Amino acid sequence: MPILLSSNFQWVLLSTMLLGMASGFIGCLAYWKRQSLMSDALSHAALPGIVIAFMIFQEKNFFVLIVGAGLSALFGAFLIQTIKSSSRITEDTAMGMILAVFFGGGIVLLTMVNRSGNGNQAGLDSFIFGQAASMVEKDVTLMSLLALLIIFIVFLGFKEWKLFLFDPEFAKGLNLPLKGMNILYLSLLVLTIVIGIQAAGVILMSALIIIPPVSARYWTHSFKRMMWLSAIFGGGSGAIGTTISSLGSGWPTGPFIVTTSAVIFLISLFFGLKKGLVIEYLMLRNKKTEINQKLVEPFVAKEGKQ
Amino acid sequence: MNVLDVKGLCASYRKNTVLNDVSFSIQPGSLTSIVGPNGAGKSTLIKALLGLHPSLSGSISFFGSPLKQVKTRVGYVPQRGSVDWDFPTNALDVVMMGMDGQIGWLKWPNKIHRQKALEALEKVGMAAYAQRQISELSGGQQQRVFLARALIQEADLYFMDEPLAGVDASTERAIMAILRQLKTEGKTVLVVHHDLQTVMDYFDHVLFLNRTVIAHGKTDSEFTAENIEKTYGGTIRWLKEGIGYANPIKQ
Repeated sequence: MPILLSSNFQWVLLSTMLLGMASGFIGCLAYWKRQSLMSDALSHAALPGIVIAFMIFQEKNFFVLIVGAGLSALFGAFLIQTIKSSSRITEDTAMGMILAVFFGGGIVLLTMVNRSGNGNQAGLDSFIFGQAASMVEKDVTLMSLLALLIIFIVFLGFKEWKLFLFDPEFAKGLNLPLKGMNILYLSLLVLTIVIGIQAAGVILMSALIIIPPVSARYWTHSFKRMMWLSAIFGGGSGAIGTTISSLGSGWPTGPFIVTTSAVIFLISLFFGLKKGLVIEYLMLRNKKTEINQKLVEPFVAKEGKQ
Repeated sequence: MNVLDVKGLCASYRKNTVLNDVSFSIQPGSLTSIVGPNGAGKSTLIKALLGLHPSLSGSISFFGSPLKQVKTRVGYVPQRGSVDWDFPTNALDVVMMGMDGQIGWLKWPNKIHRQKALEALEKVGMAAYAQRQISELSGGQQQRVFLARALIQEADLYFMDEPLAGVDASTERAIMAILRQLKTEGKTVLVVHHDLQTVMDYFDHVLFLNRTVIAHGKTDSEFTAENIEKTYGGTIRWLKEGIGYANPIKQ
């Protein structure tokens, strides 16, 4: 498999791994903010921005496209907040609406661009399911640097994020700038989504944010460890998914990344050391035998004496 | 100087006015219970005072200054149900959160901070549970952890929202012992309380609240059948039986 040895592939592999780690970190924040679905809405909301950015600049420059994606996703987030705060519509309904409308709109625009057909647009479709192999060196570098920046910012404020997520009201009493942290969190979330869109695709990018923290939760009762495990699971999914998808020509990356993280999730669900189903079953069974023995033993002892 | 001065405070949820023209002052070293029926705005009052709920009008000053300037002197123990206890962290960690301001933002806690957090847990009788995952603590234990987290702030004025709700008798005694201890140290404590039965025993001041201040003052003089009836309406029938406040029932 010569492709695995090519230096371009190795760079792509490194970048999707960093992307997965950044997603794992951010995913933990989203998980405890109870906003997993938010990442899904935002990644779908990014699609029209990508297409519009392409329509304006007529080229597939990664930087231009992710700026478009970011603005579009932020606009979606703004609409979700506005709908939530100014009407009786709940947040999940608002997210569902924005997700569908923006994605639908994005597909309509994409169809129009494809019809106009000046040839440049070929490959724009790959933003839907992700095509890591199509990334060039410049894109890979930009994506890796931004992923590292996200990892660094989250890592720096572990203590603050924990307080922010666990008890925001108390945090406010301690003068933690809640508003600023909310904006920072949302910006990091959007940034993670947009840099991952080319590799994982708008539909499945959110899975890379949602699944790793859920898997990590089964292994630990410590916030810090959960963050790191989530990053490892995300990074592993990114790397393995990219490797598998590069084995066949034109295989999309997103689905393989998601399938990999789903496998990690299943393993965690059953064998996770703290909350896994197997460990819970074993603990329950041990307790049962222990109690049964306590109840039965006195009788056995008595009978033995007679 | 008063620890807390509130004048003409109003607050609302959407259309409903919850607090209307609330004015009162709290003296240093007092242990005040805020009582009133459900929906009287007790929790909202605390949140509005601490800027956690927007107030529509009125002025609030702590130690003669706006809250912003004296935030470190004010501690808050929220209702136990206000956080997700499934959050992956242990009791010691939660207490350490109370020191985040003292440790400094973006800095890591050191041994001295851990030691202080352990001492705070010791004070509330929870030292043995320092490493326990918070979801595995009982309700009373969770409440004590919250209390320890507030103690470690070393504030001068504490707000506590129903610290005695749903805790057993021994936890209640432990918490009250700490509150009295705070009082003897010259600190001021305001407690949202729901159990009229214990107001006389536990608190030296009482504030009757039902959307506005019905009565406020020393428990000895203000905790009367008349004030209770004014606050709770005619729903508390035992008052009419002439037993007075000596034989109250739970709200």
